[in-house]
Amino acid sequence: MNIIVCLKQVPDTETQIRIAPDGQSIVKDDIKWVMNPYDEFGVEEALRIKEKFGGEVTIVSLGPKRVTESIRTALAMGADKGVLINDPSAEDSDALATARALAAVIKDMEYDLIFTGQRGVDDDMGLVGASVAEILGIPQLSVITKVEVSEDGTSVKVERPVEGQTLTIESPLPALITAQKGLNEPRYASLPGIMKAKKKPLEEKTLADLGLDASQFGKEARKLKVLELTPPPQRQAGKIIDGETPEEKAAELARVLHEEAKVI
Amino acid sequence: MSQGVMVVPEQRDGELRKISFEIVSEGRRLADALGQSLTALLLGSDIKDKAPTLGHYGADRVLVADDARLGTYTTDAYVPVISEAVKANDPAILLLGASFQGKDLAARLSAHLGVGMAQDCTGFSIEDGNLIAIRPIYAGKAYAKVTFQDSWPQMATARPNVMPVNEPDTSRSAEIMDAEFNLDDSVLKTKVVDVSKDESGRVDLTEAEKIVSGGRGMKGPENFKILEELADLIGATVGASRSAVDAGWRPHSDQVGQTGKVVSPNLYIACGISGAIQHLAGMSTSKVIVAINKDPDAPIFQKADYGVVDDLFKIVPVLTNEVKKYL
Repeated sequence: MNIIVCLKQVPDTETQIRIAPDGQSIVKDDIKWVMNPYDEFGVEEALRIKEKFGGEVTIVSLGPKRVTESIRTALAMGADKGVLINDPSAEDSDALATARALAAVIKDMEYDLIFTGQRGVDDDMGLVGASVAEILGIPQLSVITKVEVSEDGTSVKVERPVEGQTLTIESPLPALITAQKGLNEPRYASLPGIMKAKKKPLEEKTLADLGLDASQFGKEARKLKVLELTPPPQRQAGKIIDGETPEEKAAELARVLHEEAKVI
Repeated sequence: MSQGVMVVPEQRDGELRKISFEIVSEGRRLADALGQSLTALLLGSDIKDKAPTLGHYGADRVLVADDARLGTYTTDAYVPVISEAVKANDPAILLLGASFQGKDLAARLSAHLGVGMAQDCTGFSIEDGNLIAIRPIYAGKAYAKVTFQDSWPQMATARPNVMPVNEPDTSRSAEIMDAEFNLDDSVLKTKVVDVSKDESGRVDLTEAEKIVSGGRGMKGPENFKILEELADLIGATVGASRSAVDAGWRPHSDQVGQTGKVVSPNLYIACGISGAIQHLAGMSTSKVIVAINKDPDAPIFQKADYGVVDDLFKIVPVLTNEVKKYL
């Protein structure tokens, strides 16, 4: 089974997000960049399937040079090779442009399955996976918590939790799966893994290498434009409920929730 | 020139889900701001009798795509049908709900149509005839005001439980028509082979109006029972912080936070949750936040409307009893 995993980097979730003076982007100076957490589940699942069926796991990413660190992490976990689309013209591309670039790399590869994370914890859009699947003309299975590849490797059965129920869905391969938390526990890269990763092939490509027109990428070509970023609405300081005993406090809380806040 | 607002309501087992009324109501507001009409595109099987309800909430016209293959949602079936209706009607705005189904559908549909799409928005407005959307990013640590370029229709999904629902007006009748579509069996690749209903019967966190949530202070899985009792009483769903989920006390699907679910209830009661920024990011748009924690320095008290600095094991059972008076 040949499996592709698309991953990206995001600011570590501990990061305090500060809005840059231009009002349209965030301050990037002190950011610790990590592999998008949902993408980690994709890498792990790909490795488990490879361990069971044999084959290769290839990582494909779009981003600046620093993304090679996260690709190396995936290689250290056990992936076989990586491709980074690194082109300044592609910076700030929207989801559709990003998907076009990824698909341009993927279409020349042999693959049975593609994994992406269900969303990026930066933009919270959840669009790139579906867009890649659309461009490649394959089914997408989103927000998946369980994957079972058939013994003959031609189809897959997945579990998708939605509101109040879990769906079991069957799909022929190739297909694209977006990984949800609970799919697996990603492994830590071992020291031997990290050493081996340094020698695994990691190619870099530009948009021109892929036969893509740079004018279709980047900030100016975005179909969804950011006008302004603002901090979240500030909450007013609330009040601490008074009382001598827990019983008094609880009674008072119930009363204010009913009379003041009117939520009960 | 693209005209009008089109919304895609969501049905399950032949019933319209609440998010449908939210997006019809919001669609009505946007159509009024544009001075244009609102069309609801209803997909399902034996679903036509639900069309008039969409009119009561504000649709001028309901296009019904009724087919056995549309009864249960699949991306494969819904995308081509909606795409045909969009091409035939050329709306300026296409709005779906940001439920699990809506987000999956809108993502594929926007790529199919080659348009921009704003996912999981908390507000909309019209400026110079164009759609402006507000959406949280970094799980709500910042908000983005976005608009569209070369994108017709302008597509967006609305976060559940945020858009106010209109009072239904049963005297309002929409024009009801069949949607034209050609759905070839050959495009139907995926199949839903099983549906396993969640035993708790509670509303999903992402759509819950009330949430009672537990963190590390709960000290163990068995103690969540006291939260479940309170939740059952007030009609809430039970959530959890990452600590509680990572400890194996609660399932992943219960996690609220940046790497879990982002919620927007009217009431969020946080018990034994310290308030890490990733957790706050997931619940900070709650209308009323209550924090119960014995640590007076817990960061959650900075965001809570009401705080109780005390032992949750003493407070919660009494709170449950006290609340009975008001129900």
